[in-house]
Amino acid sequence: MKPVTVIIDYDAGNLRSVQRACAEVGLEAQISGDAADVARADRIIFPGVGAAGSGMASVRKNGLDRVLLDAFAAGVPILGICLGVQISLDHSEEQDTPTLGLVPGKVRRFQFDNPALKVPHMGWNEVRVTQPHPLLADIEPGQEFYFVHGYYPDPTNKSDVFAVSDYEIEFPCAVGRGNYFGTQFHTEKSGRFGLNLLANFAKWDGTC
Amino acid sequence: MLSKRLIACLDVRNGNLAKSVKFVDTKDIGDPVSKAREYYLDGLDELVFYDITASHEKRGIMLDVVESVASQVFIPLSVGGGVSSVQDATDLRLAGAEKINVNSSAVRNPDLISQCAASIGEQNVVLSMDVQRVEPTAQLPSGYEIVINGGRKPMGIDALEWALRGESLGAGELVINSIDADGTREGYEINLTRMISEAVRIPVIASGGAGEPQHLVDVLTEGRADAALVASMVHFGDYTCSGLKQDLHNAGVRMRMAW
Repeated sequence: MKPVTVIIDYDAGNLRSVQRACAEVGLEAQISGDAADVARADRIIFPGVGAAGSGMASVRKNGLDRVLLDAFAAGVPILGICLGVQISLDHSEEQDTPTLGLVPGKVRRFQFDNPALKVPHMGWNEVRVTQPHPLLADIEPGQEFYFVHGYYPDPTNKSDVFAVSDYEIEFPCAVGRGNYFGTQFHTEKSGRFGLNLLANFAKWDGTC
Repeated sequence: MLSKRLIACLDVRNGNLAKSVKFVDTKDIGDPVSKAREYYLDGLDELVFYDITASHEKRGIMLDVVESVASQVFIPLSVGGGVSSVQDATDLRLAGAEKINVNSSAVRNPDLISQCAASIGEQNVVLSMDVQRVEPTAQLPSGYEIVINGGRKPMGIDALEWALRGESLGAGELVINSIDADGTREGYEINLTRMISEAVRIPVIASGGAGEPQHLVDVLTEGRADAALVASMVHFGDYTCSGLKQDLHNAGVRMRMAW
């Protein structure tokens, strides 16, 4: 049977840009918020923008939390993007939200004490790989990706951090554990380097 | 560290590049999609489409343009011009626009900003403001006034107040377009841009007046802008996106230099 890639729809933003970027690298993906579709998927993309509290509520309401945990346990390759990463940790400071817990750790708010710093962190910033990962295979120093966020993932274990970026502080921007990988940046809006990451995901078997 | 952004704006009328944009290479006239693709491949950081279609019936054409660009250009795409309802914003988002620019309609109906923010997310709502210089008065203490309808109608609203109000209503970004500087090619309105950028916490995009690379350097340093918007500079073929970014980089402005 033909492998199925599902982009999870949980009322958290426009997912067609993710779908289009996947198409550009030859990965045909369907958008669905139906837990049964996600349960059948061979590959899952978990995107999203917006607030952790409402995002997590939609995930729960549709029973997607259960299928995501099952897929994670079953070794299905999962890619989280932006809010999709934040929801993958244990807890978010945003609206004090308990989240999925695929990766141990918290999501913290940038402190932005410096009044000259704009909120949120929006624009292109350098991504520095801190440990090799198949999805980051093509990234070289100096390559920038597109970010829009006010909170960042902070895994408990350093071993779950694969890349960092700087915005007043150094923060993790790519985290992963086993068959789960997530980027705080919008890989679908990050030009050719972002597309490379998606292409790597398209052929990833879920191991490091 | 966050890079400054180079943004190019394309005016579109009835699905074609507007005639007022005098492209040197005439075969490009009428094809916003290939122009967008060209800029994307040349390192542009973000793209803005402004729909100047007069007739409401033909506005659907813009959705096709956006759809087509969004499947070929993988950088943030912002669309504005005539957005007067949440439905307009939602339609453009579904077609593939990342961010939605609101301008005159938001001045007439400020609730549009908060409604759009609630519906598509604050970070995707760009408040574009056309501003002209005036003598400071009690009503216009900053010495800058908001104008609408393409600069034809002064509104008696102070520009700095409007920027702060837009931010508090949920705009995620501001475009500051100086009517005085627009088309002069003599440089951005540094004073205005800096005044607003220092007063708000959201990113500010400077627009209007760019004629040479040093103008971009000035507004991104002295003017405290987060991004510089260009149009005729690149459309006429005098400069390229990659060339401008190289000039900025050489002048010490942090830019995305690999793509």
